[in-house]
Amino acid sequence: MSDPVLEIRGLRVDYGHGDAAVHAVRDVDLTLHRGEVLGLAGESGSGKSTLAYGLTRLLPPPGVVAGGQVIYHPVDGPPVDVLALSPAQLRAFRWAETSIVFQGAMNSLNPVHRVSTQLLDVIKAHEPKSTAAARRARARDLLRLVGIAADRLDSYPHQLSGGMRQRVMIAMALALEPQVVIMDEPTTALDVVMQRQILGQLAELRERLGFAVLFITHDLSLLVEFSDRIAIMYGGRIVEEAPAAQLYRRALHPYTDGLLHSFPALRGPRRELTGIPGSPPDLRAMPDGCAFHPRCPKAFGPCDKELPPLGPPGDEDPGRTVACWLHPAAAPLPR
Amino acid sequence: MAISPSSIEQVIPGQGAMAQPSAAPGRAKRRRFRFLANAKAATGVVILAVYGLFAIIGQWVAPYDPDARSSDVLQAPSARHWFGTTHLGQDIFSQILVGARSVMVVGLIAGVLATILSILIGVTAGYLGGAADEGLSALSNVFLVIPALPLIIIVTSIVDQASDTLVALIIGCTSWAWGARVLRAQTLSLRRRDYVEAARATGERTGRIILFEILPNLTAIIASGFVGTVIFAVMSEITLAFIGISSISSWNWGTILFWAQGQQALAQGAWWWFVPAGLAIALLGTALALINFGIDEFVSPRLRSAGRTRIRTADGRTARMRVGFTPVLAPTRPVPAPREEVAP
Repeated sequence: MSDPVLEIRGLRVDYGHGDAAVHAVRDVDLTLHRGEVLGLAGESGSGKSTLAYGLTRLLPPPGVVAGGQVIYHPVDGPPVDVLALSPAQLRAFRWAETSIVFQGAMNSLNPVHRVSTQLLDVIKAHEPKSTAAARRARARDLLRLVGIAADRLDSYPHQLSGGMRQRVMIAMALALEPQVVIMDEPTTALDVVMQRQILGQLAELRERLGFAVLFITHDLSLLVEFSDRIAIMYGGRIVEEAPAAQLYRRALHPYTDGLLHSFPALRGPRRELTGIPGSPPDLRAMPDGCAFHPRCPKAFGPCDKELPPLGPPGDEDPGRTVACWLHPAAAPLPR
Repeated sequence: MAISPSSIEQVIPGQGAMAQPSAAPGRAKRRRFRFLANAKAATGVVILAVYGLFAIIGQWVAPYDPDARSSDVLQAPSARHWFGTTHLGQDIFSQILVGARSVMVVGLIAGVLATILSILIGVTAGYLGGAADEGLSALSNVFLVIPALPLIIIVTSIVDQASDTLVALIIGCTSWAWGARVLRAQTLSLRRRDYVEAARATGERTGRIILFEILPNLTAIIASGFVGTVIFAVMSEITLAFIGISSISSWNWGTILFWAQGQQALAQGAWWWFVPAGLAIALLGTALALINFGIDEFVSPRLRSAGRTRIRTADGRTARMRVGFTPVLAPTRPVPAPREEVAP
């Protein structure tokens, strides 16, 4: 495995603080390696987006980062803790090192400005010394990169289709060649054909530019195909993390298993679509022990008493971790 | 300063699907008084309540008859005459107390009247559109260019002994047009929203759609329009009294200023003659503006949460809540420099 580019350690994100705090993300450890696509999946309210906004410190009030570390490794230079950056440092860090494509990104463009104005603006802000011609050439390149003809540069957002706007947003995210691109359900509002097209382009771009992607979605089938590794979140914690193919072939955590059985396979024998009974837990009143045990079909002895630690399962597969008493960790990950 | 649980509810999505452990009984109560929990609104309401109290009981608690002359001519503030006396030895404190009623009555009546008219005309014009909109817009445009003060001067000069109510009615009938225009513009943008279309599609009556779907969205504008009109009405009434148009036999703060001006209080150095009345007017305007801010924050949840930006962490530091720069509550540890230690 290559070097880590973004390390999240023991990240805790709360809404509110003190006694009234709701712990939306609890002690999450996650490592994003250089040039890989890490998928983050889970139900609505499992903390996926909160995790992404917490680690970039984009969470609006009353969200607060309660603790932990987010260590970014630049290509050259010492690692930095994103949580320790001052607002000015954070401004310089964002977009140039880490960029983000938001949920419903196609509505993020300002309707009264041309695409070119919005694209050039960010380049100008971060590279004030560049010439206007160079910036314009860069903007044309970026659009071509995401498969949009360069003459659409002077279009207004309403003159573009939803998929094109989405791709413009991806082009904007890549404008400063960041090392990490966080995508928060970037294709949720699009049809499957357009989804596939965009994801194909994204994979191609990643080959060429070598950035790492943290891809957040609740569409696990998408991740299985598109990502290198998948992390599953439930109730604010990572419950399983594995290479995509391994996870698809043999899910260890019953929750992952439930997610995988909630969409049909294209080939192979027919199987029952089961889904997961019940609804996600209330973050204000989490059950004791494993957060999933009230809905878990395989819950047994220790499940409702003790929280299973996230660690490599004892038997095989060193590249994966799981937090489940069915597969007790041989040695929990060191904190 | 703790974030109340109710503000967290707005943030956590999927609330309805999740199990509800317990609904705290205290929460409903707290929500009812939430408007007053806002420091601005509470200050404004308290000041306004004091004014209202004086408007009601001023006549009975005033230490002197405001018209009664005495031998204490043009005296500076003292224990006997808190705000001093006029050139005829009248007690200015009593005049201010007695004058409060007419100011408050005119402000309230004119404000309510203008607000009702602006809602009726503005929202109707905006929602109905077409010929009704054209007609009502033309009407408000006409009223927009009518100069209110000269009109009031003319009308009050026709009627001898113009009462407070008459002045209030005239001010109310001439000052609704601006509010109506703002409400019409906002209604135009609201009437094509999906939830309004949905209500129309399910066959709701027009009146119900306006009352239940559109009006709640206009609360902040209506409230600020009301407060603005009240300030305008009070100012108009005081101006009228100051230039001697309305009857000078009844007291309001403008009448005090009228006499102060007429007797050249400033030249005589009798600052106590006009300063208290001026301060009373300014304070009333401040109170109304504070209530307006409070209403804005109360109605718009975005503004409300923006009000609480500083929080105290467990170890005593303060962190600032700010969009785009999420505070980190725990002290940050130094980053381990060698990369070997970092890799798991």
